[in-house]
Amino acid sequence: MIGFMLILRRELRLAWRGGTDAVIAVVFFVLAAVLFPFGVGTDPGMLPRIGGGIIWVVALLAAMLSLERMFAGDHEDGSLDLLYLSPVPLGTLALAKAAAHWLTTGVLLLVAAPVLALLYNLPGEAIGALAASMLLGTPVLSLVGGIGAALTLGARRGGVLLALLILPLYIPVLIFGAGAIDGAVAGRPIGPQLMVMGGFLLAALALAPWATAAALRQAIE
Amino acid sequence: MFHRFANPARFSRLAATLLPWTAGLTAILFAAGIYFMLFASPADYQQGETVRIMYVHVPSAWMAMAAYTFIAVMSAVALIWKHPLADVAARAAAPLGAGFTIIVLVTGSLWGKPTWGTWWVWDARLTSVLVLFFLYLGHIALTHAFDNPQRGARAAAVLALVGFVNVPIIKFSVDWWNTLHQPASITRLDAPAIDPSMLTPLLLMSLAFTLYFATMLLVRMRADLNAARTRALRLSAAEHSTAS
Repeated sequence: MIGFMLILRRELRLAWRGGTDAVIAVVFFVLAAVLFPFGVGTDPGMLPRIGGGIIWVVALLAAMLSLERMFAGDHEDGSLDLLYLSPVPLGTLALAKAAAHWLTTGVLLLVAAPVLALLYNLPGEAIGALAASMLLGTPVLSLVGGIGAALTLGARRGGVLLALLILPLYIPVLIFGAGAIDGAVAGRPIGPQLMVMGGFLLAALALAPWATAAALRQAIE
Repeated sequence: MFHRFANPARFSRLAATLLPWTAGLTAILFAAGIYFMLFASPADYQQGETVRIMYVHVPSAWMAMAAYTFIAVMSAVALIWKHPLADVAARAAAPLGAGFTIIVLVTGSLWGKPTWGTWWVWDARLTSVLVLFFLYLGHIALTHAFDNPQRGARAAAVLALVGFVNVPIIKFSVDWWNTLHQPASITRLDAPAIDPSMLTPLLLMSLAFTLYFATMLLVRMRADLNAARTRALRLSAAEHSTAS
C-alpha cells in the first residue's frame, strides 16, 4: 500500500512537471471527435445516434496516445530495474502506473466528454450515461493498456504495435460503453450495460496488474 | 516425455520421421474428403449446393480456434517450464492459425451472401472471429518486433495467454447472444444434430485440416530450427574469419 502510494505520487509529480503531455491527448480527443461531423454530415437527427460510438472510439484512441510512455521512460534510464529490485511487487507497480495514467489522461477525457456530447446533440439522459460509462470504462483502458505498454517495451515501432495489440482487447469495453449511450438515447434502461462494464473493471483490476507484471518481467530479464 | 524433445536435434529427427506419414495421411484424407464433399454427399433441401461450403468453413473454424488454443498452451509451457521448443511451436503455429481464420471469414462471407443475403453482419460470432484474426496478427507482429528473438517470443507468449479469453467467447457466442450465425450442431452435449451423410465429409475434412496443420507445423518448426543453426554457423564463421 505504501509502495503503491509512493509510486503513484512519483508518477503524478512527473506528469505535473512533464507539462503538456496529458493535455495533448485531450486536445486530440476533442479534435478527432470534431472531425466526424465534417465527414458524415451534420444532420442533427443522425448525430445523436452515432455520437455515443464515435465519442467512445475517439476516447479509446486518445487513451492509447500516452500509453507508449508508461514504462518506456523508466526502462530507458534504468529506473525500471531499480523498481524491480525494490520490495514493491511488479503487480503493485503496474497498478500504480495504471492509476497514474487514469488520473492524468482518463479523468481528463471524462471531463471533456460532456462537451462533445453537446456537439453531438446528445439528450440529457445520454450525457449521464456517457459520464457513467466513461467513469467505469476509462480505468479499464488504463489497466489493459498497461499490459500492452509492458509487452511492447523495447520493440521497434512500439507505438503502432501497441495499438494493434490492445485495440482487440478494448473492443468489449467499446461495445458496452457505446451501447449504454445508444440505449440512453433510445430511451432504454442501461443498467445491464453499466453492470457489465463494472464487471470488466473488477476483472481488469484483478487480472491486468498480474499480466502486466508478467510482461514487465520478460522485458527486464 | 516432452522434455526428451527439448533437444532440437532430437526433435528434428522425430519431425523428419513423422513428416512423410502426416503428409501422406493429409493427402489421402483431403482426397477422400473432397470426393465426399463434392460428389458423395447430398445437397441441402433449403440451401442447395451452397451447403458444400460448410465442409471447408467449419473445419477451418475448428482449426482456427484449435490453433490458438495450441499457441496458448505452448505459451504457458514456455513461460512456466521454459521448454525451449515451446516458443518455436507457438511461433510456427501463429501464421497457420491466421490463415485458417482468413479462410473462415472468406468462406463464411461467400456462404452468407446466397443464404443470408449479406456478405457480413456484425453479430457476436463473426465479430469475435474477426477479433481472433487481429489477435493472431498482433501475436505475429509482436514476435518479430524485437531485435532479440527470445524477447519477442516471450512477449508474444504473454499476449497469447491474455487473448485466450476470446476463444470461449467465440465458442459460446451463438448461445449467449441473439446471433444470425447458427448455433452448434456438433460440439454440444447432445448427439450431433446433423445427418450422417453430411457428418462423414465434415469429419473427413476436419481430420484432413488437422493433419495439414500438424504437417505444416512440423515443417515450419524444422525450418525455424535450421534457420537458427544457420545463423549460429554464420556467426561462428564470421568470428573465425576475423580471428584468423
